[in-house]
Amino acid sequence: MELTPYQQEMFDGLHGRGKALAIQIQKAIGEGFKAKRMVPITRAHVALSAQEADTWFARKMRDAGAVCSIPPTVNPGYCLKVFEELGYVNNKSSALMRETHQVYRDLGANLTYSCTPYLFGNIPRYGETVAFSETSVTVYANSVLGARTNRESSASALCAAITGFVPEYGALLDENRLGTTLVQVNTPLKDEFDFALLGLNAKRIGRGVPVFSGIDPSQVTTEKLMALGAQLNVAGVVDLFHMVGVTPEAPTLERAFGGKEPERVVEITREHLDEQKAALMPGDVDRINFVMLGCPHYTYEQIRRAAQLLTRSPANVPVWILTSQAVLQLARENGLDAVLEHNGARLVPSTCVDEAACWGHLAGQYGATDSPKCAYYMQAFGVKLAVRDLETCLAWANQGGMVL
Amino acid sequence: MTLEFSCHTVSQGCAEGEALFSADPILFYHTDFTTGVFREPGHSLEGKNIAQKILIFPGGKGSSVVQADGMYKLDVAHLAPNGLIVSELDTVLVASAIIMEVPMVNEVEPGFYQEVRDGDRICLNATDGIITICR
Repeated sequence: MELTPYQQEMFDGLHGRGKALAIQIQKAIGEGFKAKRMVPITRAHVALSAQEADTWFARKMRDAGAVCSIPPTVNPGYCLKVFEELGYVNNKSSALMRETHQVYRDLGANLTYSCTPYLFGNIPRYGETVAFSETSVTVYANSVLGARTNRESSASALCAAITGFVPEYGALLDENRLGTTLVQVNTPLKDEFDFALLGLNAKRIGRGVPVFSGIDPSQVTTEKLMALGAQLNVAGVVDLFHMVGVTPEAPTLERAFGGKEPERVVEITREHLDEQKAALMPGDVDRINFVMLGCPHYTYEQIRRAAQLLTRSPANVPVWILTSQAVLQLARENGLDAVLEHNGARLVPSTCVDEAACWGHLAGQYGATDSPKCAYYMQAFGVKLAVRDLETCLAWANQGGMVL
Repeated sequence: MTLEFSCHTVSQGCAEGEALFSADPILFYHTDFTTGVFREPGHSLEGKNIAQKILIFPGGKGSSVVQADGMYKLDVAHLAPNGLIVSELDTVLVASAIIMEVPMVNEVEPGFYQEVRDGDRICLNATDGIITICR
């Protein structure tokens, strides 16, 4: 891979040890993928996680004097203020979150702490080259916005933010953005949960760039596309998809495939969705102790809908709703947080379900969620979740947790 | 007897170890970080120890965060595989291997896959792109 004179200067350490380390790692990645050059980025999103590996690497870069030339937005860890007040974390257990916060501040990141930067704080335009990590962010930016990013790791996205460049390969190149697999959806999809179930068919869909056909564009919402993208990456690895008549690179089926024939054709029926749905229910659950919503972070619209449902039938077990600081602020301004609180739900900003440090007290308990991704993460630290649509989760919460 | 196969460098370095083959993509998070035993139910490596092995597998899978965290935890516990031989590259796996300094290659001569057996002694020279099976 050839470097420009400026990139070579960075590589040789003329712009500091931090930038040198970052571009040396990027050059190795680029050569692994046979990239010919490095191209500038205009945005970055780093999947900060407040987990050991991530903070170790960020600290290593900070200590080498690195400062981001493109200030990245960051993924959630957990909200120290909320969880310290609740008594779920103490000073000792929260040390890593505190350090993560300081390290990323020193690196010059925008501490948005949200997994939906494409809705607030970091919105690329069509065709913009960016470095976005966090699988659900990568797939949304690529597919729905038509920005160009590879499925960066937290570390490689941080390197890109530090140098301002990425190696050019994969989804950055025209020829790799064309559809490979035609996914014929032969059943109407009614809500976000149906889109999540479609995403869970990623294994059946296989590797490549799927093109979804047969979905009524007038029924597709931002939230449904978020659910599809997130769950495709729970069951498989999909950094880019197209949806005919919905996503920008698929105005027609022909355009989505660049005039070529699909390499494979996959049919998805209601039976395939039901199969996935059946697997989302632990066999022995008859009672849940809590509901976890907001993986990915809930939008204002989703919070509004939850508030409507809860006003009609309040929750009798705790309901947690995770969202961004921006949406939380909006909910406050509009009095929604008070409505939720009154009816048994709590809005929590800046927090991910995948944080054993703040959710560890739920280990061994049964809960409910509308997100398969949430269930997948939380089972890693012993939390068992039944996955159903929002209405069902909140109906169970209303019945005091009885699963009927 | 030794057999040599060419391959493409992804993460430089040299390593030796026993071959361990996986038919399924790997998420390193699913390892027991105190023993190195792989734990994912239904996975072709379930119950097998990946520590110090030369892992031969299709590629990575799963969330970017937990893949990197899994590799890091194995590395800190000295239970990481010594080398990685993959078919499909993904950025998360490549970045993690380079940062953790685990030798990694892809595009191996097809004959390698017909020849290699679990337990074979493998010398992986990722820097020069040469895999040697020693029997």
